[in-house]
Amino acid sequence: MTFDFDTVELAEVSRHFGRRRALARVSLTARAGDIVGVIGPNGAGKSTLIGILATLVSPSSGEARYGGQSARDLGGALRRRIGLVAHELLLYPELSARQNLRFFAELYGLDARRVVDAAIERAGLRERADDPVAGFSRGMRQRLALERALLHAPRLALFDEPFTGLDDQAVGLVTVRLRLLAAGGAIVVMATHDLEVADGLVTRVALFRGGKLLLDEPAGAGLRGRYRELVRQG
Amino acid sequence: MTMFGRVAFLVLRKDATIEIKSLEILSTTLFFAVSCVLVFAFAFVKEGSIVADASAGILWIAIAFAGTLALGRTFERERYAETVRALLLAPAPRAAIYVGKLLGIVLLLISAEVMLVPLVALLFSAPLFARPLLLAGLLVAGTVGFAAVGTLFAAMLVRSRTRDIMLPILLYPITVPVIIAGVRGTAALLSSPPDEAIAGMWIGLLLCFDVVFVTLALWTFEPLMTE
Repeated sequence: MTFDFDTVELAEVSRHFGRRRALARVSLTARAGDIVGVIGPNGAGKSTLIGILATLVSPSSGEARYGGQSARDLGGALRRRIGLVAHELLLYPELSARQNLRFFAELYGLDARRVVDAAIERAGLRERADDPVAGFSRGMRQRLALERALLHAPRLALFDEPFTGLDDQAVGLVTVRLRLLAAGGAIVVMATHDLEVADGLVTRVALFRGGKLLLDEPAGAGLRGRYRELVRQG
Repeated sequence: MTMFGRVAFLVLRKDATIEIKSLEILSTTLFFAVSCVLVFAFAFVKEGSIVADASAGILWIAIAFAGTLALGRTFERERYAETVRALLLAPAPRAAIYVGKLLGIVLLLISAEVMLVPLVALLFSAPLFARPLLLAGLLVAGTVGFAAVGTLFAAMLVRSRTRDIMLPILLYPITVPVIIAGVRGTAALLSSPPDEAIAGMWIGLLLCFDVVFVTLALWTFEPLMTE
């Protein structure tokens, strides 16, 4: 079954972990070409939101809809269109860069020979392609993780703190890749508390605190100032 | 090959590739199992005389303990870089990932058993090779039953901080029937003459456990793995 969509919508989504509320009645829509910055302090519910969009976390109430359809009805066809880059890199350190990419390419039913070499080239890892990932620097691993997540050209690209531990050059590369993705019609949702990088990159801002969506609007200049003011107001 | 079978095979091949590179789980599992058998050998073998049926129990205790160790380590690899999330995002039925992991554990334990059985036969003077096909049937059916439950629980506990404590607490009570069937079936093969009918009956019971445990695990894996 081939499935595609150009909007993602959270409708009144709440999520509780025991007595702790991670998200409270969040409604949010992202469209193809958007780079949505999910911003907030630690514990705001950013990672839970990414987990729900990735279908790895189920909402306690409400629903995530992809092109108007519920995740429950779509299963693997939906997951084929989702890519996730998390703070943890979702790579096997014992395997080489090539083996990691090959495994995930085959998992998605892709022609591994065709996509893996191109991904290694884009990650700038041609010289180290057959070395175990355990010996890579954080920046190299992050570039590889990015290519792993995007091997199957996902419609919905989810990033959970993608800039943590990266140097300026690596941040620049990831930023360029995010812009290219959105320009190619992907829906990019990025959870971060790095306002310096988010400012000027995101096209929409969704500001969270304590699991509540405080602000959802097109991005503009002065993100840092507005963030501080809103978080102070609560 | 169907997508389900392909994904299960890919997960199995990936686990095997990592294990062949590191030999970490196989070596620790074997070391633990052999140590276990040696300790029992010192406890139960005195001046050449052996407690009746002890070797059957010792073989299965060593398999169960070593299996618990292997289950924990296998999923520790998936937890370390959160690769379990990448697996769950694959566009295949999530139960295929369970089957791939289960096959990996079963192969690992059978590799350990290939070493353990001759060791137990040697140290306890046990005629374990008198009916090799029946013994192989008992070991394979018992290992699948034990690993079917263990793989599900180990996957379920992968994000729990108390997973090392919780895995044996959850696993042993539920797999007691498998261990008992394995011990009684093996004891039947060690009797003189070997009681093939009784051993066959225990193999049949183990196969029933396997069907029930694997079906339940396939049914519950996806909801249990979604947070």
